[in-house]
Amino acid sequence: MTERPAYGRVFWTFVRNSLIRDMMFPANFIIETLSSFGWVMMNVGFYLLIFEYTNKIVPIEENGVQVDPHAPWDKYQFFVFIATSMIINTIVQMFFMTNADEFSELIRTGNLDFALVKPIDTQFMISLRRVEWASLPSFLVAGILMAYALPRVDTFPPSAIIIALYLFYIVMGVAILYSLTIVLAACSVWLGRNSSIYDFWFYITTFSRYPMEIYTGSYGIWLQRFFTFFVPILIVVNVPARLLAKPLQPEYAYLAGFGILATLASLAISRWVFQRALASYRSASS
Amino acid sequence: MYARVLTWWTILRICLEERLVYRGDFWLGTLMRFLPIVTQVFLWGAVFAGMSAAAASANGEPRIVGYNYGDMIAYYLLTMVSRAFSSMPGLAAGIALQIRNGEIKKYMIQPVDLIGFLFLMRVAHKLVYYGVAILPFAFVFYVCRGYFPGWPPADVMFAFVVSLLFAFLLGFFLEATLGMIGFWFLEVSSLLFVYMLLNFFLSGHMFPLEMMYETLPPPWSTIVWLVPLQYLAYFPAAVFLQKVSGPELWQGLAIQGGWVLFFIFACRWTFSRGVKRYSGYGG
Repeated sequence: MTERPAYGRVFWTFVRNSLIRDMMFPANFIIETLSSFGWVMMNVGFYLLIFEYTNKIVPIEENGVQVDPHAPWDKYQFFVFIATSMIINTIVQMFFMTNADEFSELIRTGNLDFALVKPIDTQFMISLRRVEWASLPSFLVAGILMAYALPRVDTFPPSAIIIALYLFYIVMGVAILYSLTIVLAACSVWLGRNSSIYDFWFYITTFSRYPMEIYTGSYGIWLQRFFTFFVPILIVVNVPARLLAKPLQPEYAYLAGFGILATLASLAISRWVFQRALASYRSASS
Repeated sequence: MYARVLTWWTILRICLEERLVYRGDFWLGTLMRFLPIVTQVFLWGAVFAGMSAAAASANGEPRIVGYNYGDMIAYYLLTMVSRAFSSMPGLAAGIALQIRNGEIKKYMIQPVDLIGFLFLMRVAHKLVYYGVAILPFAFVFYVCRGYFPGWPPADVMFAFVVSLLFAFLLGFFLEATLGMIGFWFLEVSSLLFVYMLLNFFLSGHMFPLEMMYETLPPPWSTIVWLVPLQYLAYFPAAVFLQKVSGPELWQGLAIQGGWVLFFIFACRWTFSRGVKRYSGYGG
């Protein structure tokens, strides 16, 4: 039987199931929602506090010369950046993080067998099984922040093309982070324990949360290159946020082009790693 | 007395050996914990570079609540040290879990005191942790030595060490007390999450607390200084950087010590009250 599984319908069932599961324990759901809201608000608080003391963030000058006139981010541009970062991270958290976490648990306990025998792509099944509905309010915070900051940016209102590109690059960004998540989760096939891997995910992605220009100086530039071209997490937020906050700067156009390449490469690599991981999987206990 | 010391010594030794099983994980984990500092170095660099000349102090150097760029980075590094002393991962949740699944019964029938046992376990954990983590810590601090204003005088150094030890005690007894709440509410994870959230913000882990004090309206700004959370991360770091000095320093240490005593009693009291309430179902 070579009938193609109905991916759309299966996904829709996952979405519905997760919501039903979450609603079975409403108090727990409310608390989770509030705490995820709390974390987001705390982050916003931190940046608000920073901008009490300065009105723009500028990379450290090199030999007293500001190399790049487009480098500074003012308060509103920065908040557009933060809102974008929140949107992307929330999507990743909502759809993929719990699943990646469960994936390593499935490997450890041997329950991955059940997923392997299902007549559907294993990566699809593993990555989308649960939807974390409690992350939803973070979108609200991101939306409010965006609604506050975007009209105050000089280049407001953005053209339709910019908005379309923005949405496109958000999808690209999510795909890059998804690839990273899957690669790290798949590593637990070889490592058994994955506590450090999750911390690692968190620590790596902290680099993506700020404008890439802040990484300057002799060390910073290497960090910037490493996280742009090798592990492309700086692309994730920087490209869409820049489109909206500081559009029409031709010297950054290469980044947008490279972004597509980086996304495709990340997806391909993560798919490859995932399949290698499955090949090395030897079940457990039973 | 001798027998008691021997018991404690044995417990400590067992815990030490237990902890040494995962050395590799420790190394990697500790080094990685410094990664966010790297972003902080660049973020604050960009913040200070963006400050206007007006914000700069008399000598032309931009400062935020009295911290210049170097101080700020040194502050973050030092809070890592104080959090290495005060953070107790899994303590409260572990106690609550033991209450819920009935494992706590074993401390009631064995001649072992639960709080004492957990305390020794943490001491062992921390000893191993420092033993292993001192290398990555020393390495990072050496690399970042340029951010530090230099070694403080001996008495400040002494106060710093005392405040770190107090931070450990405060962290332990505060979290243990929270865990005891499990006697009353079987599910405390959400409560712990709220605590974690507050801790992150109010302990000074995220930024020097003076920033909050200066920007928040009056009733809130005082609360920042009134809650004991500041002694878990902010206070030792501020002592080292000499942001609190003179009589204020010793006063702060005394208050920190007071909080430690308060939570030792709170922990004992909630435990004994909890045990009276407790009914051990299940096997």
